[in-house]
Amino acid sequence: MDIESAKYIAAGLAVGLGAIGPGIGEGIAASKALESIGRNPEASGKITPLMFVSMAITESTAIYALVIALIILFA
Amino acid sequence: MGLNISLAPEVLFYIGTFPVSNTFFWFIIVWLIFIIGALFLKNNLKMVPGKMQNLTEMAISGAYDFTESIIGKGKRAERVFPLVATMFFFILICNLIPYIPGQAAITIYNGQGMVPLFRSIMADYGLVFVMTITTVITVQIITIAVSGPFLYFKKFINLKSPLKFFLGVMDLIGEVAKIVSLSFRLFGNIFAGEVLTAVMLFLMPFIVPLPFAFLGLLTATVQAFVFSVLTLVFISMATEIPEEKLKKKEKKMKTNQEIGQEV
Repeated sequence: MDIESAKYIAAGLAVGLGAIGPGIGEGIAASKALESIGRNPEASGKITPLMFVSMAITESTAIYALVIALIILFA
Repeated sequence: MGLNISLAPEVLFYIGTFPVSNTFFWFIIVWLIFIIGALFLKNNLKMVPGKMQNLTEMAISGAYDFTESIIGKGKRAERVFPLVATMFFFILICNLIPYIPGQAAITIYNGQGMVPLFRSIMADYGLVFVMTITTVITVQIITIAVSGPFLYFKKFINLKSPLKFFLGVMDLIGEVAKIVSLSFRLFGNIFAGEVLTAVMLFLMPFIVPLPFAFLGLLTATVQAFVFSVLTLVFISMATEIPEEKLKKKEKKMKTNQEIGQEV
């Protein structure tokens, strides 16, 4: 295998594997937030920004994987 | 392939030996907008606010209320608010500027080839890194000021037992990881958004990139929010007085009380 094809495979694997965990995590975060809004609709103004923050934090591992993939591809 | 993506910002021209990249160029423009806007508003403050003043007041007071709800009322919020709010509005404006239609088409010749005049400002790792370092240094200074230098170093280097030593080393790694995670989160999100839009435009120029543009708009706002809120949370965590110091204080108070009772 030459180095060029190895790069593409590595980038694809990095994003693909790195996106599994955050995908599950964000799903859990959103479902819990929606559940609690359903239970207490008046608190939605407080829950929504916190949900976005925690989702962005959960997402960051996927973003690291993406950055690594982009570095492999373009740098 | 016609796609041209680079991690580093493109250099537009040189002043002497100082390279002026497209992100730096736009950074200066945003900076000027902020300075001029602030001066203009400051000189035109009225008791009955106009449209511009009204909007600014709404944004600032909303941000202040949110800051108070996280870090607590009074002096704590007043002290931390300028840093956090500036970060939020600066990142927000920087992230929203790419959505001015038409600017992506402007390219200029820099001596080696055509480069785009515009690039999303937060897609330059240098600026994001500087902002992160500002946050981290602020947090460290506050921690030292709150807990005292002795307790501060004791948190990282603790020779009482192997477990505590290990935990101290982990704390040290955690502090370094904070820099990486905070900066890569913002940089990665914005840069990935740019790349995604570029790829979509390359594959299918019409209609298909639109939902991705909306997604980018959401990311731009949320990431500005997240960066400043995380700064705020780190600072508010640093302002908590450590347990050992609290225990000492309680002991002191108890002994004082005992002495008082005896007397």
